[in-house]
Amino acid sequence: MTMSKILIRGARVLGGEPQDVLIDGETTAEVGTGLDAGDATVIEAEGRILLPGLVDLHTHLREPGREDSETVLTGTRAAAVGGFTAVHAMANTFPVADTAGVVEQVWRLGRESGYCDVQPVGAVTVGLEGKQLAELGAMHDSAAGVKVFSDDGKCVDDAVIMRRALEYVKAFDGVVAQHAQEPRLTEGAQMNEGVVSAELGLGGWPAVAEESIIARDVLLAAHVGSRVHICHLSTAGSVEIVRWAKSKGWNVTAEVTPHHLLLTDELVRTYNPVYKVNPPLRTEADVLALREALADGTIDCVATDHAPHPHEDKDCEWAAAAMGMVGLETALSVVQQTMVDTGLIDWAGVADRMSFRPAAIGRLAGHGRPVSAGEPANLTLVDPAYRGAVDPAGFASRSRNTPYEGRELPGRVTHTFLRGCATVVDGKLA
Amino acid sequence: MKRHLISAADLTRDDAVLILDTAEEMARVADRPIKKLPTLRGRTVVNLFFEDSTRTRISFEAAAKRLSADVINFSAKGSSVSKGESLKDTALTLEAMGADAVVIRHGASGAPYRLATSGWIDGAVVNAGDGTHEHPTQALLDAFTVRRRLVGPEAGLGRDLEGRRITIVGDILHSRVARSNVHLLTTLGAHVTLVAPPTLVPVGVEQWPCDVSYSLDDVLATSDAVMMLRVQRERMNAAYFPTEREYSRRYGLDGERMAKMPEHAVVMHPGPMVRGMEITAEVADSDRCTVVEQVANGVSIRMAVLYLLLGGADTALSAAPARTEENK
Amino acid sequence: MDAQHDDTGNAARPVLEAPDIARVLTRIAHEIVERAKGADDVVLLGIPTRGVFLARRLADKLEQITGRKTPVGSLDITMYRDDLRLRPARALARTEIPGEGIEGSLVVLVDDVLFSGRTIRAALDALGDIGRPRAVQLAVLVDRGHRELPIRADYVGKNLPTSLRETVKVQLAEEDGRDAVLLGVKQAAPADPR
Repeated sequence: MTMSKILIRGARVLGGEPQDVLIDGETTAEVGTGLDAGDATVIEAEGRILLPGLVDLHTHLREPGREDSETVLTGTRAAAVGGFTAVHAMANTFPVADTAGVVEQVWRLGRESGYCDVQPVGAVTVGLEGKQLAELGAMHDSAAGVKVFSDDGKCVDDAVIMRRALEYVKAFDGVVAQHAQEPRLTEGAQMNEGVVSAELGLGGWPAVAEESIIARDVLLAAHVGSRVHICHLSTAGSVEIVRWAKSKGWNVTAEVTPHHLLLTDELVRTYNPVYKVNPPLRTEADVLALREALADGTIDCVATDHAPHPHEDKDCEWAAAAMGMVGLETALSVVQQTMVDTGLIDWAGVADRMSFRPAAIGRLAGHGRPVSAGEPANLTLVDPAYRGAVDPAGFASRSRNTPYEGRELPGRVTHTFLRGCATVVDGKLA
Repeated sequence: MKRHLISAADLTRDDAVLILDTAEEMARVADRPIKKLPTLRGRTVVNLFFEDSTRTRISFEAAAKRLSADVINFSAKGSSVSKGESLKDTALTLEAMGADAVVIRHGASGAPYRLATSGWIDGAVVNAGDGTHEHPTQALLDAFTVRRRLVGPEAGLGRDLEGRRITIVGDILHSRVARSNVHLLTTLGAHVTLVAPPTLVPVGVEQWPCDVSYSLDDVLATSDAVMMLRVQRERMNAAYFPTEREYSRRYGLDGERMAKMPEHAVVMHPGPMVRGMEITAEVADSDRCTVVEQVANGVSIRMAVLYLLLGGADTALSAAPARTEENK
Repeated sequence: MDAQHDDTGNAARPVLEAPDIARVLTRIAHEIVERAKGADDVVLLGIPTRGVFLARRLADKLEQITGRKTPVGSLDITMYRDDLRLRPARALARTEIPGEGIEGSLVVLVDDVLFSGRTIRAALDALGDIGRPRAVQLAVLVDRGHRELPIRADYVGKNLPTSLRETVKVQLAEEDGRDAVLLGVKQAAPADPR
């Protein structure tokens, strides 16, 4: 799949005026108009958008341990199809990525896949148990060079452990990404607590269980002068807290998932577990607040929380079903529908929220760079005019648990380049 | 066209009245020397119970048998069946056995809905109680009991509960009976008031078509029926209320409180009662308490539901009333 | 296509009018008294809907003749029908057995039209679940023929030879506002290729 020279002709870089972009080897060699193709392979890209390769701060690749739902290879193939050139692999694997050995294994598998860079996330605490700090330094010092630490799937609910983790990672400019969920308030929780849960008789997951942890953690981060990142923020109240913390100048960042930008808890009325996710789908008011916050920068970035599950874990009654949905292959389309087509942000905004900022939060070198000469050629070419129904059968991911089956979504990634190497060509894996 | 009974909210006023009227006819069968009708001969009804509930199961069983259906009891409780995959596999088994209707009791809210909509089975699904979601036949038998007591078995025919004031007291949060009753009684024109400590009222209740009160004493004098719900003692351990004694003092129905109710008003309870907790023995054993009638009415209601779902080529619910003078 | 539809068609014509119906009911009442030797153990059970009104009218006439009240009730046969699965589930009608019961009595079933005989078959089944009469007889206002079962009426208001294309509709004041027996023609199938 290697090509030495590629000329992308007439693409709108970050949605601007059409330009030609020449890739030479691993690098973007030239950006301009009327570039001479020479011996380069030409991609006619009129009407398409050229973005920096997308970066996901929040991906579950499931390997090691749950290779029946996803592997590093299948997950990175899905990532490439979705336009991603780097993903952060969450630590809740079996075994948990809480040692240098496991994070290095994941990192190596990513290198071998060749479809997308895999940056392992390290667990904050041993076994995600929330009791004893994992060897954060060792994971940072390993070949994987871990900068982002998270017990995602579980909340670091002990305030002292959270404080120590926030302090400890300052030594190597790390960040703790918190899965904000007060455990006692969410015992037996099945869906957003509100009008719909009351009617359906499903255990409620109240917004306050997220907001109270976020409030505590931004205060802790301010107190110890650390940076904290909030995973998959899902409520209007959380937006307010993060907005307030940022107004204080505190070092707080936050992400939102594509599904929380589009779907609401009304869908749970179908009792179809494909809509079961953690944090749960919220209300229309929350969705609108999240979009607005992503637009105004209160929320820094979009992260997929791609959570593959095998069919049998979703083909059952709601309470027995696993939480989570796949998202890598639909993320950009959902963002286009909810943010771009609604006029909330432009394509430069997409580049910022899906590439520049997540790369910056993760301190990820070589990704989230401008589309300009001399930069690594991590690029994503998008056809924004495309319209098509989501067909899970065509997914590169090993799992099919998408909430968008049959739904028409706009836009499609036609090409993805990882350091000059086309991983996706004409919408298909290279 | 409804083929299932999953939620009381799915029933229109006319559906509900039709079920109550049909149940009234079914009730008369119980007075005959031969308490059996040939109507569902050759039909198979499966009672699929993932939770123990002997009273609900035997009520459905008696109803199906009085209509001459073949009844298969499938108790999934205690076996390895507790994971979701098994609901599907069990459903496929029942389908292979040719079940015309599946009466399902399940601990997970929405399990009957999944069963009805997943394509796993073709037969009619009747919700016999799912998690903390709904228990529509219980609500129907409650409405039937109220109509018989307040309007009369004969006078009630064709009538709804317009203007009646019904108070439901107890653990609303965890009660499928309360949810179904709010839907059904409101559909039938009654005014429902829920009474509970605030901890046992769900967030979001303000969208329900009913009133909520935290004081039982405030509403007794204006209630035509007071429905007491069972309160499980374990709730105390989850801090829903401080002690059993405090709960029964504030929300239990004793003789003194019953005396505040209008003379015609009745006391209802879906059973099983926790005497001394939500209801005193004095109230439970008084003739204003309908708990035994409710059990008998349960069979009539379930006969009506099974008949209307299975007694024809199609369900009678929300279809045009189809009695014509054909083929005399 | 059921018989009600011929109300709208111009083909329906009355074969019995109100006075005719009154006359035949009187005759049937006399026949019952005669055949039942005074009719002192007769119980009239009408088959809903119109059979019930006919039964009540017959009871009044019997009272005029014998000077005694004749027990009258209704017998819904819906749940005993043999064609339940051919149509949507039907709403039930009332079964009202007089307080004296039917044990050892002479039950006269009353219906408006005797046609295939299947309704009466169902009625006999229903009756068997309620008790054991001394004997069961059948009174109908109109017998239109085309029996599908070995059943015949003991008392017939009018024998009305019909073709299967025709419909017979009984109207009674209690239900329809007037008394009449209408003979009509089934509406042609709408999808006639010509």
